[in-house]
Amino acid sequence: MLFGVVPIAWSAIMSFQRNNLFSPNTPFVGLTNYRQMLHDPIVGQAIEHTVVYTALFVPGTMLVGLFLAVAMNRKIRFISVYRTAAYATMAISAISEALVFIWLFDPSYGIVNYFLNLVGIPQQPFLNSTSQALFVIAIMTIWGWTGFAVVIYLAALQGIPQALTEAAAIDGAGRWATFRRITLPLLSPASLFLVVWLTINALQLFDEVYLSTSGGPLNSTTVLVYYLYQQAFGGTSFNFGYASAIAYFLFLIIIVVTAVQFRVGRRLVHYRS
Amino acid sequence: MAASTVALSGRARRRLPFSPWHLVLIPATIVLIFPFAWLLITSVETPAEALHFPPILVPHHLDLSNYPHALQAEPFGRFFINSAVVAVVTVISNLVLCTLAGYAFARYRFRGRGLLFALMMTTLMVPLQVTLIPQYIITKWLGIHLLGAVGLNHIGSLILPVAATAFGVFFMRQFFRTLPVEYEEAARVDGASRLTVLWRIVLPLSGPALSTLAALTFLDSWNNFLWPLIAVNQTDQMTLPLGLATFQGAHSTEWTLLMAGNVMTLVPIMIVFFAAQRYFVRSVAATGLSGT
Repeated sequence: MLFGVVPIAWSAIMSFQRNNLFSPNTPFVGLTNYRQMLHDPIVGQAIEHTVVYTALFVPGTMLVGLFLAVAMNRKIRFISVYRTAAYATMAISAISEALVFIWLFDPSYGIVNYFLNLVGIPQQPFLNSTSQALFVIAIMTIWGWTGFAVVIYLAALQGIPQALTEAAAIDGAGRWATFRRITLPLLSPASLFLVVWLTINALQLFDEVYLSTSGGPLNSTTVLVYYLYQQAFGGTSFNFGYASAIAYFLFLIIIVVTAVQFRVGRRLVHYRS
Repeated sequence: MAASTVALSGRARRRLPFSPWHLVLIPATIVLIFPFAWLLITSVETPAEALHFPPILVPHHLDLSNYPHALQAEPFGRFFINSAVVAVVTVISNLVLCTLAGYAFARYRFRGRGLLFALMMTTLMVPLQVTLIPQYIITKWLGIHLLGAVGLNHIGSLILPVAATAFGVFFMRQFFRTLPVEYEEAARVDGASRLTVLWRIVLPLSGPALSTLAALTFLDSWNNFLWPLIAVNQTDQMTLPLGLATFQGAHSTEWTLLMAGNVMTLVPIMIVFFAAQRYFVRSVAATGLSGT
């Protein structure tokens, strides 16, 4: 209770207070913190970056996961090696992952630039570029979540009775038609779960940004949680009131987005009865 | 060799000696493990080799000196011990407390149960960021007024807030509700106490649920970063991810050193993961299936 319910109420109260290191007491200031958010250009940018990142990360992870799970859902030689390679990404922490990818995508010495050179593409600035940094962060997190998506989709694929796909094949459906009309609908509960779960995590992106760009260059990777962290703990001012308001705003976004996803999902998802 | 080439051309082309899916899976696997491989390779190169462009894919000789240098710069052994202590204690306390609370929610009728359960479910939905600041203030207060070991700048502060998670309680409750209540009632009629019933009847049936909870709690704890970053800034109390991030901050361009540190951070969790891969995979699959 102490670390569950109390903090939720407490931060709600704080979001209506002026609360930072410079205020000896914490007067209630009504909606001032929330109003300040409306006029804070960085909050607007942070929302935009969070949305763009989520729009890259969620479909990206799901497509990679679905493709690999379908490819791995068969009994062929070395299949456990392939699967283990995908699963291994689950064990790595966001910090380890980010550190490797900063090196892979290093503007001057990174091996990704070398591969690009090989196919005739000039050296890219990647994390030093305001237009590319967020994409690189999306790539590293998609890699990091591949194992998770593969596990979820593989478990769902293995729950599909072979009789169904075989029946479709006997009825003359091609492989692609079988996949689209039989497999994909039967995977839709797993897809809905992944959409919801990955979105919640995407909206809370922090570790990779902290380690690789610190929100830069020029705030181009400042996402909501990173800005919240900066306000509360990143500087010397400890803007707890303002940061609490941002946290509650994030909470509101998560609730609304999740509710909408379930609403839309209910219509699209096929549950086997 | 010639025979197989002949077999590949002409009519027999459709029947490859191996599944065509290998042609998809081999490149995919190479992409997936490339970051791991490159991490390892860089960690045994000299700084000059690492900064060579075009990159040297196979170093001429193994240069292991990065490892002792990394250990000199940051106490990775200490980080490892801290991570292990935090993870193991967190797992044990979650197993015990979530079992007790989950069992109470599943089987007992007590006043306020509905309200308590609703409150707990609320905390399940609230993202960590909302509770972060009050958690910081509470932890600071506890450390000053109650017990230094759970205050800021001590690994205790990384355990206490997650000693029993709402997720764990909910997960165990859902599991207990799938068990038939008759055995427990029979044991109660025979005079067994409630704890005896839990210990002798229920727990032996709970292996899969407990191992799932243990695996998920362990990974969460081991890879946690945001809270340790805020709660701890004293080197000897840092966990591996925090220690690695600090190390990166201090040596941001010494790639061979950084990768050696990263390898040392990764190897223990990889060993645990491969040894218990079945449990981890089943646990993650279970969260997915329960969510659908």
